[in-house]
Amino acid sequence: MEIFNGFLLIGATSFGNIVPYLRDGLVTKRGWIDDNGFIELMSISETLPGLNATNIAVLLGDRLQGVAGSIAALVGVCLPGAVVMYLAGIAYHIHGDRPFVTAMLKGVAAASTGLVLATIVQLGQKSLTGIADFVLVVVTVVAVNRLHLSVPYALLGVGSVAILWYRPRNETSTRRS
Amino acid sequence: MKQLPALARVFAYVSFLTVGGGMAAFPELKTLTVDVHQWLTIQQLIHLYSVGQLAPGPKMMMIVPIGAWVAGVAGAVVVLLAFYGPTALLTLIVGRVWNRLAEWPWRTSIQKGLAPVSIGLLLAGSLTMAKGAVTNWMTALIALAALVILLRRPVNPAILVLGGAVVGVLLFRIS
Repeated sequence: MEIFNGFLLIGATSFGNIVPYLRDGLVTKRGWIDDNGFIELMSISETLPGLNATNIAVLLGDRLQGVAGSIAALVGVCLPGAVVMYLAGIAYHIHGDRPFVTAMLKGVAAASTGLVLATIVQLGQKSLTGIADFVLVVVTVVAVNRLHLSVPYALLGVGSVAILWYRPRNETSTRRS
Repeated sequence: MKQLPALARVFAYVSFLTVGGGMAAFPELKTLTVDVHQWLTIQQLIHLYSVGQLAPGPKMMMIVPIGAWVAGVAGAVVVLLAFYGPTALLTLIVGRVWNRLAEWPWRTSIQKGLAPVSIGLLLAGSLTMAKGAVTNWMTALIALAALVILLRRPVNPAILVLGGAVVGVLLFRIS
């Protein structure tokens, strides 16, 4: 129950990027995990499918209290936003066509596009290290946007090439492969 | 109600493409919900995604209204379970074996390899969105302003999206 409450609070009060709120709530306030542990959970979450926030909830919930903890954390972190968006969806359905609302949504959509791009630039600054990385980014974008390859094929196709590019090259790995 | 299985299929499938973030799945989400099933228009999808940036918690709760429009409360619940359930299970399993994989040299290869690919997918998703959201120089200016401000100052992104709402009302109210 404590896990549920902790994640519910984060789920209800985290506006904008949720990761700093998770770190603050889980590491600083509750001490459920230390900073290195949080970074480790974050790196698992980024590699796996699923949103970072929900993946962190599942991973930490499991470490604290097993499967029950996972479910409590996941439901807690999702519930407030889901309710808010359910109501927003109803309001949008009723008022979405009003000129005032469409004008507002145009601005919101444009700003969100800028926001998404900024997030990607920041992520890129953190994790793109060499020319190969930039080539892989470009190939993925071209595959999806220009060649209209569906996302799973791009992910599996470019992903396997990328993983092979970074294949293990030390002694232990040559013995394995 | 007869749409419930389709909702479950689409959102479970799409959830496995959110490597790196929800935006990575956007092109596929658009194809399936807008083109194939015609549950909503591309403009509505972009609006929901954008409004979703203002909601608390994980930033893909925009899926809830899609489910709700198609099949009411049951639709919303099915969409949530389909989108978050299967990937949560995968994360739970991988999380438990992750430390045992520490010795496995391919673990680092997978992480290093998937990082640029997921950034590419996020970028592809945001370009798909930009096609619908940035349609003239005014919207381009709003997007650019948000981008530059976020890269230069530690502002809460939600405040910028609200700012976009205000600018939108001021600029586009007449048209």
